Amino acid sequence: MSARRGHLRVFLGMAAGVGKTFRMLLDGHGEQEAGRDVVIGLLETHRRVDTAKLAAGLPILPRRRVEYRGTALEEMDLPGILLRAPELCLIDELAHTNVPGVEHHKRYEDVEDVLASGIDVLSTVNVQHLESLNDQVSELSGIRVRETIPDEVLGRADEIVLVDLTPEELLDRLRAGKVYPAERIDAALNNFFRIENLNALREVALRQVAEEVGHKRLVTSEPVRSRDETISADAPQAVGERLLALVEPYPGSQRLVRRAWRSAQRLGADLDLLWIKPPSGLDDDQERSLKSLHQLASVLGTRLLVEESDDVAAAVAEVARRHGTTYILMGRSRPARGLARLRVPLPQRLMELLPGVDVRIVADRSARAKKDEP
Amino acid sequence: MSTLVLIVVGVACLAVGLVGGYWLPPHGRRPGKDRPKPVKRILLPFTGSSISRRAFDAAVRLATAENATIVPAFLARVPRYLPIESAVPAQCSDGMTLLEAIEQKAEAQGLTVDARVGRGRSYRDALRRLLAEEHFDRVIVSATDSPRIGLSGEDLEWLLERVPAEVLILRPAPDDKREISAAASVNGHF
Repeated sequence: MSARRGHLRVFLGMAAGVGKTFRMLLDGHGEQEAGRDVVIGLLETHRRVDTAKLAAGLPILPRRRVEYRGTALEEMDLPGILLRAPELCLIDELAHTNVPGVEHHKRYEDVEDVLASGIDVLSTVNVQHLESLNDQVSELSGIRVRETIPDEVLGRADEIVLVDLTPEELLDRLRAGKVYPAERIDAALNNFFRIENLNALREVALRQVAEEVGHKRLVTSEPVRSRDETISADAPQAVGERLLALVEPYPGSQRLVRRAWRSAQRLGADLDLLWIKPPSGLDDDQERSLKSLHQLASVLGTRLLVEESDDVAAAVAEVARRHGTTYILMGRSRPARGLARLRVPLPQRLMELLPGVDVRIVADRSARAKKDEP
Repeated sequence: MSTLVLIVVGVACLAVGLVGGYWLPPHGRRPGKDRPKPVKRILLPFTGSSISRRAFDAAVRLATAENATIVPAFLARVPRYLPIESAVPAQCSDGMTLLEAIEQKAEAQGLTVDARVGRGRSYRDALRRLLAEEHFDRVIVSATDSPRIGLSGEDLEWLLERVPAEVLILRPAPDDKREISAAASVNGHF
């Protein structure tokens, strides 16, 4: 077995037909022309003529036949690939589930073996196959995808190439019969291939690649030595935003959560909600508000963190540092009374404690609505 | 001696200032502070991205008359293949904007608003779960003539039979197309 692990490049797309396999084959030809030993380990042309034509010139390893419940099925020949030991192997459809009886349950596990033996791999996958996005994509598209891969598989890829196409172009390709055979076009247009689905999936795919790129930049940061290096090493952290909304168990907090959630969506950022619980207990109204905040957080897909402390600013700063918060949203503080007026206001304290973190005070829009109301 | 008098006068002025400041508006004696705290709660459930203006106006009238809290509630459906605790951000996209619009309009009329989000396998299930968790004195719903939007006739029948609250079902006049929509009614950036 080779000591060097192979290099994995994954072509990620929003849906079938965007051209992932086509792009993989183009790259395969490029590598072959550069003098490398390239083979196709597994190719799914889906009866697409252009794809089949493009594969010509690249050696294809034959599939092996596997008997399952009296039926002969075809699968990728993993032992054949390892025996042939090319420099680069093209393996389509990373999320495929193998027929029982072969080495692994899933194709990405086969790919792991290929990489472990020092062979480079080009592969393809659609964004809805990613485990963490499966629920989100199901909700968006109404279609549940059964074949999934753990996110770590994509995380371990050395390169992720987004194969992008506008939804309109993809629909044109579909209607022209370039994606599915004629008898499947109408069904596809009425189900998965709706413009709103494709727009949403495209956004998910773009975000996924942006996150992976951001993550890799953070991971590959080198330890710093000089001031210039410090600045360049800090730069990747500025790529991703993480929002923290400060809430309290009273009805007005729901508005703050909604506003923070919308901001997080626009920024493509994660959102955490934080309540700094005072040591005293809650009354019935607060209990009810807290329950509804938990429910709202759960429906929106964010987390409500609860920390007990009587020093709000210090507790917020601690949580913000722990979570890598870049942006804090808070409502207008209740007016201070008596000697409390002499204290430094919370936003200012937060700005002092958390240099480099934005602090935004969310306004009460109902005041403006009142003024505008006829 | 004169220094001592000056210190005493200074301390007295400071004390008067602090006590006076505490009671001056808008902190100590806030306008409306003497208004009784709302006790009754009026549930205004809705689905989708708009709500009948008529239903909203009725809720506002009743809440004003009874000094009640309006509880607008966005109902979301979780597909059967997802766990019931799943997040449904795509549906919330419109729902949250509409909640904001309703809250702004109700608060502009001096009402107390306490929004909710209900989640269930169907709209009725979401409403059932919401009603099981909290007590409401009234439920105001708008009947629609489209079976695919909002609560169906059967849902409304269920509401009348099973819910331990006063139920007000409003049927808009055929030509009454007024509504509060997520897209058009939010004041400012949201």
